[in-house]
Amino acid sequence: MLLKKAFIGTRSYWLWLAALLALVALGAAAWLAQLQTGLAVTGLGRDVSWGLYIAQFTFLVGVAASAVMVVLPYYLHDCQAFARVTILGEFLAVAAVAACGLFILVDMGQPSRVLNVLLYPSPSSLMFWDMISLAGYLVINVTIGWTTLSAEQHEAAPPSWIRPLILLSIPWAISIHTVTAFLYAGLPGRSFWMTALLAPRFLASAFAAGPALLVLLALFLRRVAAFDVGPEAVRRLAIIVAYATIVSLFFLSMEVFTTFYSGIPEHALHLRYLFMGLGGHAPFVPWMWTSVVLAALGVVLLVVPSFARDDRLLGLASAAILVALWIDKGLGLIVGGLVPTPFEQVVDYAPTAIEILISTGIWAAGALLATMLFKMVIAVRRETPVTVGRSGVRTSDFSRSA
Amino acid sequence: MTINRRQFIGFAGLSALAVWAESPARASAVQAPSNRRWAMIIDPKKCLEIEGCTRCMAACHRVHNVPSIADQRHVVKWIWKERFERAFPSEQNAYTEDSLKDRLLPVLCNHCDSPPCVRVCPTKATWKRDDGIVMMDWHRCIGCRYCMSACPYGSRSFNWDDPRRHMRIPPSSDYPTRTKGVVEKCTFCEERLAKGLAPACVEACPDGALVFGDLRDPKSRVREILRARHTIRRRPELGTQPAVYYVI
Repeated sequence: MLLKKAFIGTRSYWLWLAALLALVALGAAAWLAQLQTGLAVTGLGRDVSWGLYIAQFTFLVGVAASAVMVVLPYYLHDCQAFARVTILGEFLAVAAVAACGLFILVDMGQPSRVLNVLLYPSPSSLMFWDMISLAGYLVINVTIGWTTLSAEQHEAAPPSWIRPLILLSIPWAISIHTVTAFLYAGLPGRSFWMTALLAPRFLASAFAAGPALLVLLALFLRRVAAFDVGPEAVRRLAIIVAYATIVSLFFLSMEVFTTFYSGIPEHALHLRYLFMGLGGHAPFVPWMWTSVVLAALGVVLLVVPSFARDDRLLGLASAAILVALWIDKGLGLIVGGLVPTPFEQVVDYAPTAIEILISTGIWAAGALLATMLFKMVIAVRRETPVTVGRSGVRTSDFSRSA
Repeated sequence: MTINRRQFIGFAGLSALAVWAESPARASAVQAPSNRRWAMIIDPKKCLEIEGCTRCMAACHRVHNVPSIADQRHVVKWIWKERFERAFPSEQNAYTEDSLKDRLLPVLCNHCDSPPCVRVCPTKATWKRDDGIVMMDWHRCIGCRYCMSACPYGSRSFNWDDPRRHMRIPPSSDYPTRTKGVVEKCTFCEERLAKGLAPACVEACPDGALVFGDLRDPKSRVREILRARHTIRRRPELGTQPAVYYVI
C-alpha cells in the first residue's frame, strides 16, 4: 500500500504536516466567513472583479504544466539525469492542479452551484475547456505517478499501457496553460490580455517558475530527507530555468515595444499603470520592478558558470526567479488587465486579510499534498535503492547516484 | 446486498451519467422565434434638461429591486450616467464641443448582437434571445464573473454581499430579488415588454431622451431616427454590434 508510506515519518515530518494543516484550517475558517458574508470580504469590486484568487490559479496552472520540462527530456529523449526527479515533477503537478481547483472554487460567488458547469456544458466558454483540460491533466498525472511508483515499489516494470499515457501528458501539459491563457486572450476590450503572445508568455514563465520550484525542492529534500535527485538533474534544471526566464523577459520586452512604440493608449495604459503608475496610482510599481530585477539577477546567477556550481547561489537564483515570476503572473497579470477600467478609470485593488488567509490556506493544502506524495516517493526509493531496469518505460540510474 | 468498492464506483459513475443525460438543459428550450430586434436610442443633448435628473435610473432600479449600495466598489447598477469621455474613451479630444464635454449620458447593457458575456459564460446563465435581449438566469449563475471580464462596457454588476440588505424601499413583489454571489444587469425590461409596456427608463424620462423600438420594423421610431441622424455606438471596433445608439 503506497498511501501508508505518507503516514510514517519522523517528528519533524509530522510537525511540518501539522503546521500546514494549521494554515489550511485558518484558510478554511476564513472561507467560511467569506461564504457567510459574500465576496464583499475581499478587496475585489465591480471594476477589479478578479484578483488574488484567479491570479494564484493562473500561476499554479503554470507550475502544473512545467512538469513537462522533466517528463519530456526523460521519456522522449531518455535523459537519465532526470530519472529521480521526474516523478517529483509529476506529483508537483498533481498538487498544483488540486490547488488550482480550490482557487477557482473560492473565487465563485455561488460555489454550491459549481456542478452547473457540467449540467449545462458550454463549449463556447473557455472556462469549460479549461476545466476539461485541468481535470484530464490531474487524472493523467495521478495515474502515471501512482502506477510507476507502485511498479517501482514491487521492483517490476510498469505496465506497458502507461507509456501512451505518458506521451499524451506532454502535449496535454502544454494545452492546460494555453487554454488558461485563452481565458484572457480572447476577451474584446481587455487590451492588456489581447495579445497572441499571451500563451507563449505564460508557457515561458511557467517553464521557468516550475523548474525553479523543483530546484528548490531538490535542494531542500537533499538537506532534510537525505534524498538526492543527483547533481546532474539539478544542473540541468537550472539551465532550463535560466533560458526559460530569458525567453520570458524577452517576451515581456516584445510587449513593451509593440505597446509603447505604437502608442495606442488602450494598450499602453495597462503597462503604464503596472510599471509607472497612472494618474497618481502606483501600487504595483515597486512590485513589478522588483520582479524584473529579481528575474535578471536570477538569470545572471544561473548563466555564469562559477556561480551556478554553488548550491547556495543556485538556491538563491531559483528563489529570486520564482518570486519574480510569481509577481508577474500571480499579482500583475490579472489586475493589470482590469485596470484601467473600460471607462479608463484607475481603480486600485489590494487583497484583504481574509483573501490572503484563504490563499495561504490553499497554498498550504497544495504543499500538504505535495509533501505526502513526495514522502511516498522517498520511502519507496529508500526501500529499493537499486532498481531493476524498467524496460520500455524508464530506466533508472539509481546505481549511479544512490 | 453488499457491493465492493469497484462496483460502487462503477455504479456511481453510471448514475452521474444518467443525471447528466436527463438534465433539463439537454431538452432544448422551446422559444418562439421573434421577428423583432429591440434597440434603444439615447439623445444625450436632450437628456438632463432638468438639472440633476436621475429619473430613468430611479425608475429602473425601483421596478427591478436593484439594491442601493453606497460603496462604489460594490454598487449594483443597471442604468447610470457617465461623462461622455468616459463612455466613449476613444472620442477623447481636447476640443470636444461644449455641449458634449462633461455631459453625463445614460449607459446600460448594450444588448450586443455578438455579446462576449454570452460567449464566455460557462453555464449558459446568460444568453441572447431572438429579439436581441441578453438575458440572465440568477438561479443558474455560479458567480465566476467571467462575463464581467468579458464585457467591454462595464455593464455587469455582481452581488458582493446579500442585496436584500440594501433595499432602500421595500422590494416590489412583481420582480424577484437576487441572492448574493450572482451577476445581474439590464434586461431591456423584458418583463414589461411581454405586457406591451415600454422599458421603465424610457417611460420615466421627462425629456424624451430615450427612444425604444424594433430595428426590424422599417417604420419604427428607432429606424426613423437612425435614418435621419448621425448616431454612434460604444466601441464599435470590437464587433459586438451594440443595440444602444447615441445621437450626436
